[in-house]
Amino acid sequence: MRWPDRLAAVSGALLLLAVLVPMGLMLWSLLAQGSGVLSVDFLLEDPSQAGRAGGIAALLISTGWILAVCLLVAVPLGLGCALYLSEQVPAGTRRAQWLGGVLDMLAAVPSIVYGLFGYQFFAISLGLGFSILSGGLALALMVLPLMIRSAEQALRAVPFSYRQAGEALSISRWGWVKRILIPQAAPGIAVGIILSIGRALAETAVLLFTAGYVLRRPDSVMDSGRALSVHIYDLAMNVPGGMPRAAATGLVLLAILVILNLLVRRWLRPAQGVLY
Amino acid sequence: MQRKMWGALLCVLAMTGCQPATDKLVITGSSTIAPLMAELAERFEAQTGVQVDVQSGGSGRGISDVRQGLADLGMVSRALKQDEQDLAGHVIARDGIALIVHAENPVAPLTQDQIIAIYTGKLDSWSLLGGADRPITVVHKADGRSTQELFLEHFGLDNDQVQPDLVIGENQQGIKAVAGDPYAIGYVSIGTAVYEADHDVPLRLLPLQGVPASLAALEQGDYPLSRELNLVSRGELNTQAKALLDFLSDPAQAEIYHAYYFLPATR
Amino acid sequence: MLTTSSPPRADRLLSWGLRLAGAAAVLVLGGIVLVLLMQSAPFLLDHGSDLWRNDWQPGQARYGMAAMVAGSIVVSVLALLLAGPLAVLLAAWLRYFAPALRRPMLALVELMAGIPSVVYGLWGMLVLVPWINQWAPPGASWLAASLVLALMILPLALLVTDTALGQLPVRYLQAGQALSLSRVGMLRRVLLPQAGPAIVSGLVLQFGRALGETMAVLMVAGNVVQWPGSLFDPVRTLTANIALEMAYATGDHRVALFASGLLLLLVTALLLLLSWRLRGEKHALA
Repeated sequence: MRWPDRLAAVSGALLLLAVLVPMGLMLWSLLAQGSGVLSVDFLLEDPSQAGRAGGIAALLISTGWILAVCLLVAVPLGLGCALYLSEQVPAGTRRAQWLGGVLDMLAAVPSIVYGLFGYQFFAISLGLGFSILSGGLALALMVLPLMIRSAEQALRAVPFSYRQAGEALSISRWGWVKRILIPQAAPGIAVGIILSIGRALAETAVLLFTAGYVLRRPDSVMDSGRALSVHIYDLAMNVPGGMPRAAATGLVLLAILVILNLLVRRWLRPAQGVLY
Repeated sequence: MQRKMWGALLCVLAMTGCQPATDKLVITGSSTIAPLMAELAERFEAQTGVQVDVQSGGSGRGISDVRQGLADLGMVSRALKQDEQDLAGHVIARDGIALIVHAENPVAPLTQDQIIAIYTGKLDSWSLLGGADRPITVVHKADGRSTQELFLEHFGLDNDQVQPDLVIGENQQGIKAVAGDPYAIGYVSIGTAVYEADHDVPLRLLPLQGVPASLAALEQGDYPLSRELNLVSRGELNTQAKALLDFLSDPAQAEIYHAYYFLPATR
Repeated sequence: MLTTSSPPRADRLLSWGLRLAGAAAVLVLGGIVLVLLMQSAPFLLDHGSDLWRNDWQPGQARYGMAAMVAGSIVVSVLALLLAGPLAVLLAAWLRYFAPALRRPMLALVELMAGIPSVVYGLWGMLVLVPWINQWAPPGASWLAASLVLALMILPLALLVTDTALGQLPVRYLQAGQALSLSRVGMLRRVLLPQAGPAIVSGLVLQFGRALGETMAVLMVAGNVVQWPGSLFDPVRTLTANIALEMAYATGDHRVALFASGLLLLLVTALLLLLSWRLRGEKHALA
C-alpha cells in the first residue's frame, strides 16, 4: 500500500471515531439519565404529576392515534399519486419532471412551515383546534412526498414484462392495478409506510402547534394529544424534575425507531442502494 | 383504490363535523402554571369527570386565547394590566421571581443597581463584584413570558436595554443553563427554583433588597418581586369553570401547590 | 394502452381518481404557499422594507429580521462546512478503504438519520454547551448550534455521497487500478470529481434541511437576537424565533412570523433549484 493510501486509511478511521464518539456519548447520557425509570410499567402506566411520575401509556396511545390519522390520509393519497405517476405519466416526460419537481419542493419544506400551515389551516381555518386530527393531517402533508417517492419507486420497479403480459391478456386497467401491480409492489410500499412513520415520530415542531400538549388518553380525534417527541421536549424544558422521564421516553422512541429500521431492512432485502 | 380514498375523505369530513364535547374546559397560558394546573386538572377530572385540557404557550397566549374564545380560562403568571380590564382575574396562588446563580458562586447579595448594570451589560465581569475574573453570563427570558415582563417592570428596564447572553423560553431551560454554568445569572419563578435547589440542582437564590428569596418571605409579603398566579376569564363563567375555580381554592388541594413550591391563594 | 375499444367504467373512474391524486401534491404545495402568502401579504405590503433592519422588538412593534436571517444562514453554513467534507471523506473511506465496515456503518447512519431533533438538542444543551462554556462563555452559541446541526445532517450527506459513488461506472475504478493509481489518487482525480455534481446537489439539500431545523437549534443557539459577531456569540435563527414566539403572537407580530416562514420557504425553494442545476437535470421548474 502506498503511503497516501495508508494515511487515508488511518485518517478515515479517525473521522469515523469523530462521528461515533458524540453519538456514543449521547446514547450514554440518555441511558444514564433514563434507565433508572425505564421498565415495563413505564410503558403501561399513564403519566401523573404533569409527567414527573408514572409512565407514558397515554402518550403511546396519543402518538398511535396521530400516526393513524397521518397514515390514513397519507397512504391512500400517496399511493394514488404514485399510481398516477407510474400509470399515466411515463418517466422522462415534461409532466413527470414537473411533478417530480413539485414533490422535491414539498420534501424540502422546513418542518416548521408545515407547523405554521397546519396551525393556520387546520387548527384555525377549519376550526379543528388543537387536536389529534390537526396534528395528524399536518404530519400527513409532511410525509406525503416521502410516501409518494417510495411508492412510485416500488411501482415502477415492477417488471415491464408483467405489464405487457397483462395487456396481452386484455386485463382492465383496474384489474391490473388491483391484482398484479400493487401486490407486486407491496414490500416497497410497506417500506415507504415505515419510513413515513419514522419521519413522523421524529417530528416535534409541527405537533407543538397543532396537536397540543394534553397528557390525558384521548377519547376522540378531536381531542388534543401529546406525542412522544413533544413529551420529551416538555418534560426536559418545562417540568421540574422531568429529566429522568424525558430521557426514558427518548430511549423508548429510539427503540421504536430501531425496530422500524430493522423492518425496513427486512423488506428491502434484495437491497440495491440505500433508500432515504 | 380510489374507493378507499373517498372513504377516508368522508371519515375525515365526518369527524370534522363532530362538535367537541361541551363539558370540556380548555385552559391555556403560562408555562410556569401549566404543570401545576395539569396536576390539579388530573385530580379535578378524577373527581368530577369533567375533562380539562391544559396547554402551555405563555401568559400572552392565555390572554389572547381567552379573548378570542379559544380557551375557557387563561393562565397568567402576573396581575392583570390596565388594558386587560375586559377580563376577570381569579388569583389561585402566589409566586415570586428569584434571581439565581450557580451554587458555587460566592457573590454577595446584589443591589438593584448592580442587577440593572448586569442586565444592561455595564457590569460584565464577576471580578467587579468580588468574584472570579470571568464574564457574567446573563440569562434572560424571551418575550411574551410574564416572568420577563415583571422582571423588566420591577427594575424599570425596557426589553431593548437588556444585553443578554442567553435567551430562554421555558423555566427549565433557565434552570439548566444556570446550573450548568458557574458564571451565569438568571431569573425564574421562586417555586421552580426552590424545587430544583431542594432536589440537588446546584443553584443558589439571591436575596432581593435584603429579603431572602424563600417561601416564608413570600408568605409574609416581604419579598419585593412577588406575583399572583391568575386564571383569567371573560364574561360569564360556565358551571364547569366555576366548579374548577372552587376546586382550586379548596384547602384539600393545598398539598399540590406546595409540591410545586407555590403558595395557594387560600392562605 | 388498452386494447378494448370501450374501457370499462371502473377504468374510467380509476383514471380520474388517479388524476385527482396526482393533482394532490401540487395542491398541497400550492396551498401552503397560498396560506403563507395570504397571512403575510398585508403586512409585507405595508412594512416590507422594515423587515430588513436589524431590530426585532415585537413588544414595540419593530420587526427587523435581518439579524435572524443572518443567524440562520451562518449556523447552517458552518454546519455544512463541518459535515460536508466529513461526510464525503467518510463515505469514500467506507467504500474504498474499509468495505467490510460499510454495511454496518450505513445501517447505523440510517438510524442516526431518524433520531428526533429533540434528542440531539437535549444532548447539546446538557453536554455540549457546558463544555464550550468552559472555554468561551456563554456556551450556547453559533458554534454549538452548528456542531449539533452538523451531527444531524451528516447521516444523510453520507448516504447521498455513498449512493453517488455507487452510481459511478465500474470501469472508472477498473481503469484506475489498471493504471496502478493509488486509491487516494483515484478518488482525488477521478471518482470524486465525477460524482461531484451529485454529491454537491445532495449537500445543498442538506443545507436546506439545516436551515429548516427548529428544535435542536432552539435549545443550543442562545436565542439572542443579534448579528453573529464571533463563533461564540449566541444567535437566534428564524426557525427558533417562530417556535419561541408563535404561541402568543397576535396581530402584526403573528403576521411577521408568517412572513419569516414564507422567507424560509422561498430560500429553500431557491436552494432546491440550485441543487437541480448542479446535478444537471433538466427539471421543467428550473
